[in-house]
Amino acid sequence: MDFAFMRDTFLTLMGGVPLTLNLSFTSVALGAVLAMLLALMRMSRIKVLDWPAQGYVFVFRGTPLLVQIFLIYYGLGQFRPTLQAWGLWTFFREPYWCAVLALTLNTAAYASEIIRGGLQSVPHNQVEAARACGMSGFLLFRRIVFPIAVRQALPAYGSEIILMVKATSLASIITMMEVTGLAAKLISQTFRAVEVFIVAGLIYLILNFIITRIIMAIEWWLSPHLRRPPAIEPRLEAAHV
Amino acid sequence: MSNGVASLSTQPAASEAAPAVSVNNLRKSFGNLEVLKGVSLSAREGDVISILGASGSGKSTMLRCINMLEVPDSGEIRIGGETIGLKKGRKGMEPADQRQVDRIRSRVAMVFQSFNLWSHMTILENVIEAPVHVQKRPKAECIAEAEELLQKVGIVDKRNQYPSHLSGGQQQRAAIARALAMHPKVMLFDEPTSALDPELVGEVLRVMRSLAEEGRTMLVVTHEMGFARDVSNRVVFLHKGVVEEEGAPTEVFGAPKSERFKQFISSHR
Repeated sequence: MDFAFMRDTFLTLMGGVPLTLNLSFTSVALGAVLAMLLALMRMSRIKVLDWPAQGYVFVFRGTPLLVQIFLIYYGLGQFRPTLQAWGLWTFFREPYWCAVLALTLNTAAYASEIIRGGLQSVPHNQVEAARACGMSGFLLFRRIVFPIAVRQALPAYGSEIILMVKATSLASIITMMEVTGLAAKLISQTFRAVEVFIVAGLIYLILNFIITRIIMAIEWWLSPHLRRPPAIEPRLEAAHV
Repeated sequence: MSNGVASLSTQPAASEAAPAVSVNNLRKSFGNLEVLKGVSLSAREGDVISILGASGSGKSTMLRCINMLEVPDSGEIRIGGETIGLKKGRKGMEPADQRQVDRIRSRVAMVFQSFNLWSHMTILENVIEAPVHVQKRPKAECIAEAEELLQKVGIVDKRNQYPSHLSGGQQQRAAIARALAMHPKVMLFDEPTSALDPELVGEVLRVMRSLAEEGRTMLVVTHEMGFARDVSNRVVFLHKGVVEEEGAPTEVFGAPKSERFKQFISSHR
């Protein structure tokens, strides 16, 4: 193997990292908002909200992301006149926005199930204690339900984020020059698939290593209650009642 | 009777005259099972009422109706003279006004059998949560008061620890401090010592006894006969959803009128 070539390749492919991260975080962030909405629709126990959300999850989890990307990028091109009339063509013309849209819609379907699981795992007695204190509605959600649900959902959400980083490689198919896009281009110039793809794989590995560490740090920070207690503080004189 | 109360409420002394809690002819069913069959109960300010009964007698359900954790099918609940509004919903009765329920709940604190402390918050955060976010009191003031309360229940040194780091007895004392932090008019205790190891029961009962001595209004569902006899000034015995025996502890324990209550006492010695 030609290590000098691999080093050059590494430097070239690093040029795609900003776009890879951009696609990942934009779609994860937008997807989280949509996922929250879908999870709340599913838990609303109102049929007209629950059923569309269920249908959405079924469709976007049940079909390949690549097909979704093709449908949005190539498929919507067929409706160009209509989209132009609606002023949406500037959006769907851009492969970047098509990729973000497909990734967002896809991750929202998975993440909504993760969030729903988190919300459903909140112990009933914790909610009851909050109600008994006079909490209800958004206050109860914001202070008690959501913080507990997040702690439950975070490990699963972490793997969803990693899946999304890897899924951005599919955007190379619609001309996005992120890490995989640059790799494919380099291979077509050099025909050295092994070295280039090893380096590309390595870059994803490094990115995901960093992301898993960040998620672990957040988990650690959010769960002092699951760790051993700190050494007992100097004891203030305890009143005996 | 309701006319009498209505005419009283126009007079300045009305709030003194109104009982702290009054429950009138409460009925509640779960499916086909009728748990409460017309229970009435009234607590004046400073009353400590022990509610006894075998499991399934409806005592916890009755207590949970007082702060609307269970919504009764019929009957009336008045807290400090204010009647909780109920309306017919899609699935049985529901509160007519959630804001009224929230307001009343913030004055009627509850201590649960399984403590129900919020697991993601420290003990101090548990105690200040409702005063800060429900009652909107200044945080510094709440923290100072919370530390006093934790001192009072004897766990101020645990204030920065999480509930999972505490023993059951300590958790229950923290839950009592959390209840006290809201300056409740009435405190409801739902079998506060039933989930505790026997050697931890005493520390919780001592705290409850000191609250009773302060003159707090307390409704206590319990199996602790000693507490019922020595601390409370009234005992209510529920059996199959009705009040079977009621009176001062010396009366009811000394000369129980109902056969069921006799049996109950002798089985709980």
